[in-house]
Amino acid sequence: MTMSSDAPKESFRLSMLIYDTRYRSLTIQVVALMAFMLAAAWIIDNTLQNLAELGKPIEFGFLSEPAQYDINQALIEYDNQDSHLRASFVGLLNTLLVAVLGCALATVVGVIVGVLRLSKNWLVARIMTVYVEMFRNVPVLLWIVFFMAILIESLPQPRAFRGADPEASMLLGDSVALTNRGFYIPEPLFSNPLGDLSVFGAFNISLELLALVGALAVSLFLSGLVKKRADRIQNETGIRPTTWYLRLGIVVLPLIAILIALGFHLGNPELRGFNFQGGIHMRTSLIALWLALSFYTAAFIAEIVRGGIMAISKGQTEAASALGLRPNRIMSLVILPQALRVIIPPLISQYLNLTKNSSLAIAVGYMDITGTLGGITMNQTGRELECVVMLMLCYLTISLTISLVMNWYNTRVKLVER
Amino acid sequence: MKKSVILGALTVAGLAAGAASAATLDDVKARGQLNCGINTGLVGFAAPDANGEWSGFDVAYCRALAAAVLGDPSAIEFVSLTGKTRFTALASGEIDVLSRNTTWTLTRDVDLKFTFLGVNYYDGQGFMVPKDLGVTSAKELDGATVCIQTGTTTELNLADFFRVNNMSYEPVPIETNAEAQQQFLAGACDVYTTDASGLAATRATFETPGDYAILPEIISKEPLGPLARHGDDEWADIGRWVLNALIAAEEYGVTSANIDEMAAEPTDNPEINRLLGTEGNMGEMLGLSADWAVNAIKAGGNYGELFEKYIGENTPVGLARGLNAQYTDGGLMYSPPVR
Repeated sequence: MTMSSDAPKESFRLSMLIYDTRYRSLTIQVVALMAFMLAAAWIIDNTLQNLAELGKPIEFGFLSEPAQYDINQALIEYDNQDSHLRASFVGLLNTLLVAVLGCALATVVGVIVGVLRLSKNWLVARIMTVYVEMFRNVPVLLWIVFFMAILIESLPQPRAFRGADPEASMLLGDSVALTNRGFYIPEPLFSNPLGDLSVFGAFNISLELLALVGALAVSLFLSGLVKKRADRIQNETGIRPTTWYLRLGIVVLPLIAILIALGFHLGNPELRGFNFQGGIHMRTSLIALWLALSFYTAAFIAEIVRGGIMAISKGQTEAASALGLRPNRIMSLVILPQALRVIIPPLISQYLNLTKNSSLAIAVGYMDITGTLGGITMNQTGRELECVVMLMLCYLTISLTISLVMNWYNTRVKLVER
Repeated sequence: MKKSVILGALTVAGLAAGAASAATLDDVKARGQLNCGINTGLVGFAAPDANGEWSGFDVAYCRALAAAVLGDPSAIEFVSLTGKTRFTALASGEIDVLSRNTTWTLTRDVDLKFTFLGVNYYDGQGFMVPKDLGVTSAKELDGATVCIQTGTTTELNLADFFRVNNMSYEPVPIETNAEAQQQFLAGACDVYTTDASGLAATRATFETPGDYAILPEIISKEPLGPLARHGDDEWADIGRWVLNALIAAEEYGVTSANIDEMAAEPTDNPEINRLLGTEGNMGEMLGLSADWAVNAIKAGGNYGELFEKYIGENTPVGLARGLNAQYTDGGLMYSPPVR
């Protein structure tokens, strides 16, 4: 019998799954997948069965029961008769608050340190090196506890502000008080308030804030139009009209007009009873957590920025200066746009790290979502599995959202090859 | 085809599971060690001594239980737990018994699926303030900043107390007693609230305990005691009766000093004889040796001895017996008969 190479008429036999290289890898993959699913199914089933045996089947009804505990920092209305779900949401907002504040400060500090580390000034460059090595080589939990201890031990108690000859006094014309329970700063108040907008009856957003944000958005859009016009004129005539005062006016004047119309003024904190009342209270826990997370992450961001700048070849700088550009314009027009391509992807993971590290908040008693849903709620209801699963989903959602936004930004700044 | 694979996997997994939650007593005996959950550090109740050995009122219960079950009061793995981690540790089986100033409440008993083994200390929640704050009653605390251990019943009592009295407060949640102490001493909070026994124990460790006052109001009932998981009644029985044995021993005057003598031969009191195993077969019923109670009492002494040794009036903690005296002395300590 002769076999022709182009005639795969041979019928399929079971042994071919192992001995035929065409099928073997597929076989291995299917077996591995089956083993994996078996293991996963066994774990899940075992958990469910053991929980059922313990009399604790998975259910989420506890979320609508009253939480019964108080949360010191609540960005939305909350009291101890609200549900566990709302308490979790308060915690989630606190997580987001410290994450946003942290990412912003970490980026600013990180970029400055990263650029300064490349400075030709020996002292400045060395100081920045010391900063980076110090912060990134000590666990962030220790930094959080350290900042908290410093704030608590070094700042005065509110009581120290009392009396005719107080040990401590307020700063900036009696408007800011730094105490070991937090920083009290003036709060914005409006004499002609617009009221609140209720969102699904769940929480309120102040209309003043909405008006300001709306006005700002419109002004920025108009300012963008002015810029486009200037660009067009520059392209046509080669001369760029001076527009900065126009653009500044478009952005600032409407805001000032709205603020005046609303009767904007600042409310200073005042010492009444045990604590300062009025003003915005930035708690020690928030400040310690914020600073520790920011400075820790900034050390990594500094290295990323430094790496990004160094990745741009020297020829670029030289070519730009040959064209007659000044050093800061070289940085902003030539180096940074190219460096951003290198910087953004690792920067995303630093933002994610910072957000996830914020779950260490309980070390200083900051009520983030790990403290509320994964802490007190879990403890008082005994619903460990449900709480932890929800907690994981929350962090997963936050992280994926950050990734999504940053990836979108990354595609905008990445090199477009033509 | 994929679907059938998944279904098949599920069936196999279903068969494989099921053999869970064996008897805790057998596990402990096989391990040769009792896993006991205790406080992360509360002087008098559970704190490492000069030699690094855990000691204290709650620790002593663990030792008595280990002695009763294994015959060796040192065959224990201590797991120190915060208010937040304790229940997960017990529910997951990381520890066999939790002896950590835990309040017996309906929710914990029923909804969290735990079995309380009795009460070893009747407590209530109090407030501690620096004396120079000039506060003499908890009703004057409107607007105060309060340090509170998170994940405890005290957190809920506090919320109730301030709500009922129409007062506001600023809670500062804290994980452990040590952190609370740091914040309180630095003045980051005006008030520290926890069980009155805990306040006394904490104050005992301050440099100048006299500068701090415990306010007269006790705002809650906090019956503290050891607890085990639901679902193993035999183990719960053992834990309950070890505690009862310690309380009964005090009532009948059995102490660590005279126990050898009393256990050597039957005494005139049949109750003591049944307790010490010279009469009847109580140990066998519990699945333990006949001298279980002898070992438990020998481990540190009877209930009264333990109280005086760790938290009594002659210790830095300096707690009076109060509610925790024997019922014969007007207290609440009352062991059901060993019969």
